[in-house]
Amino acid sequence: MSANGNLNLENANVKKRGGKHYVMIYTRYERFWHWSQALLIFTLFFTGLGLHGTHTMLDFRTAVVIHTYAALVLIVLWVFTTFWNFTTGQWRQYLFKEGVFKVIRFYAYGILVGEPHPYRKGLQRKQNALQSLAYMGFMIFIGPALWASGIVYLTYDLWSGYSWAGTGLMLIAFVHTAAAFIMGAFVIIHVYMTTTGKTPTHYIKTMISGYDNIELTEAEEAYIRETHAVAMKDD
Amino acid sequence: MLLLNRLNLFSRVVLSVSVLSFATLAAQANEEAKPAGAAVDSDMNFRIVTDTKPSIRDDGESTADHSKFEVLQGPFEDGPSVTKACLSCHTEAGRHFMKSIHWTWEYDHPTTGQKLGKKTLINTFCTNAKGNEGMCAQCNAGYGWKDESFDFTNQSNIDCLVCHDRSGGYYKTPNSAGNKACSVMFEGKQPIQWDKVAQSVGLPGRENCGACHFYGGGGDGVKHGDLDSSLKRPDRKLDVHMDAEGLNFACTTCHVTRQHLWAGSRYNVMAHDTEGLGLPGERRDVATCESCHSEAPHPKTELVGIKLNGHVDKIACQTCHIPTIARGGVATKTDWDWRTAGKTKNGEGYKEKEYTQANGEHRATYKSIKGSFKYGENLVPYYDWFDGQMVYTTIETQFDPASGPVEINGFKGDADDGVSRIWPFKRMHTVQPYDKGNNTMVYMHLWGEDDDAYWGNYDFGRAIKAGMERNSIPYSGEYDFVETYSFWPITHMVAPKEDAISCDECHSKQGRLDGLDGFYMPGRDSFSWLDILGYLVLGGALLGVLLHGLLRKLFSKKYPHGEES
Ligand code: HEM
Repeated sequence: MSANGNLNLENANVKKRGGKHYVMIYTRYERFWHWSQALLIFTLFFTGLGLHGTHTMLDFRTAVVIHTYAALVLIVLWVFTTFWNFTTGQWRQYLFKEGVFKVIRFYAYGILVGEPHPYRKGLQRKQNALQSLAYMGFMIFIGPALWASGIVYLTYDLWSGYSWAGTGLMLIAFVHTAAAFIMGAFVIIHVYMTTTGKTPTHYIKTMISGYDNIELTEAEEAYIRETHAVAMKDD
Repeated sequence: MLLLNRLNLFSRVVLSVSVLSFATLAAQANEEAKPAGAAVDSDMNFRIVTDTKPSIRDDGESTADHSKFEVLQGPFEDGPSVTKACLSCHTEAGRHFMKSIHWTWEYDHPTTGQKLGKKTLINTFCTNAKGNEGMCAQCNAGYGWKDESFDFTNQSNIDCLVCHDRSGGYYKTPNSAGNKACSVMFEGKQPIQWDKVAQSVGLPGRENCGACHFYGGGGDGVKHGDLDSSLKRPDRKLDVHMDAEGLNFACTTCHVTRQHLWAGSRYNVMAHDTEGLGLPGERRDVATCESCHSEAPHPKTELVGIKLNGHVDKIACQTCHIPTIARGGVATKTDWDWRTAGKTKNGEGYKEKEYTQANGEHRATYKSIKGSFKYGENLVPYYDWFDGQMVYTTIETQFDPASGPVEINGFKGDADDGVSRIWPFKRMHTVQPYDKGNNTMVYMHLWGEDDDAYWGNYDFGRAIKAGMERNSIPYSGEYDFVETYSFWPITHMVAPKEDAISCDECHSKQGRLDGLDGFYMPGRDSFSWLDILGYLVLGGALLGVLLHGLLRKLFSKKYPHGEES
């Protein structure tokens, strides 16, 4: 058998579906980033609504202090994660995928009548089409609307002397508050979606341990066994 | 020890007071509860100084001991003769002092051009000093101003002692006897020991300034709310700067003086001092907080400090650091209704004392000579944007009595003008006489030996007519009453920093700044429809997922979950 033939055979295997394996699909950094972002956003939402006057569980001063520090940490986290996404190539996960409507149809109907999920999770396809779309929206609209308006809000004292500062503050507060509400809605739906796995806590456990039981192509499996580039638990 | 009480009575009820000790003071307090006509009622005096010992002004020892000066050995028969002795060494002091508003009672406002000063102004208390100098000008730093004939060019008329006596033995009485019935008021007074007070001079203590400024408006704490006799020996909580056991500032520590001119004008307020600290050699002629504390007084290394420094451009220091006024046990007058004045019992004026202030003293809620009053203590000030400019309703100003209370000293300021800051004020509400025909305020002739004086005849018509005519002010002949407001910028009774108001006092709905609009403030403001929409979106999302979950639960029995991913 020629080396060439071997290669062809392996190429063919790439397309072939393989068995299911427990592999680490969320690396340590991804999980760290996910959970710290979750904590920060929850904190920001809670303190934001507190200083907004929606609830009175925090006094204004405490709310502002926590909100400001959490915001600064979140911005640093986002800068790092953006860097991470690009250097690892993981940003491709968020690109638009075909089949959004199938996924929507699934959640609207299929899930109720026991249909299988139209999307297979894979090592290079961690998110279904709807997820990718939602996270992309998060990253290019909700997130930036919040951090951009938030930074301008935070630096009010640097521009408070201008004649337009009064209107400016009003505008910034408006954008920030509106984006915060959208963020809140996003989080509610997002958290609910995590309960739609095999068991209600399946996805959450996955995001904690990093491991999920996913199909690997033979090539992926061979690659993993050879390089140990991705942790795999089932042997 | 015999402590002499200051005695300036202005009712027909005649009393004499000399307070011997705390015990007799208490006994007297009981007597005071008796109706008018009782032997002793020191409340008829608008200044009851029971503690006549001077406060300590700790500047260290002076280079001169005035008791050793030959020229001060006396004997002196009166104030002007002491003044002559003072001026024989302080040769230029008289000329300097005559420029002072304490002497002239006149102020030409540099921007509004208004002629201000107590000499001519209307206020919302006893309404006008003009024509009542015999009583009112006892708080002018001069001797004997009782009418137009007072000689403002005679340096011997300057009263050095009211500011510089540091023995506590000097006091002032009205410059004229007042109505017949009042003349007896001055009987039985311990005479001033001129040579002793002349030898005890020094830089003014708080009670020197306080002898007039604590009693503005006709009684302890009446006018300002942040100036009353409790500041003679305040503790740290009441005033962190004047704290008698602590920093112990005298008034002139902040109200710095140059040739007998003081920094800190209420007619032309420096609402925002953008220059901050004055280094040696730089200007020292302001009484602003910033001139000592700088424009960024909070710690620059802490988030909260940075945020607070960011407030300095819009919020006066006083707004946060003076949580309430009239905190020292002395009440301030908040409401005065002249309409009820003039009631008599058996032809005699009387009073009711139904307010007891925190230090235990009873305050008159009604006086025949003045009308009815309300008081407040521990008051949250009134807040507004203020650019430092006071705009007075003078005797010449015409107003529309139908358009709400007349602002006797209104002020300018706006959220967006780039210079105003939010300031605290004491707002005084009064109902007082005005000229119904000309829509102007009136001068009342209150004090005098003649039959036209209100404090004697209880006749508004006559008192106003006399007050207007004698000062050549046109009068329609008809008076009525109008509601007025006066505004007193608050700057004393600065609390220690731990007592500054918390952020939520303003950054909350229904907070202290609830009534101010034209700007966005987090915590207080929101966009109502955005909030409604936002809560709907959040509620909708929540409801949606709950419903979806419920459906999943219901369907799961019928369609067992298939393969998942
Ligand atoms: C990521 C960067 C963020 C920054 C720099 C930021 C900054 C700020 C600042 C400076 C304020 C005004 C606080 C003050 O008065 O001093 C504020 C208010 C607020 N923030 Fe944020 N924030 C961020 C993220 C978030 C997030 C993620 C949420 C919600 C999920 C949020 C919700 C709010 C809300 C509701 C308010 C109240 C707005 C108002 O009433 O005017 N913020 N934020």
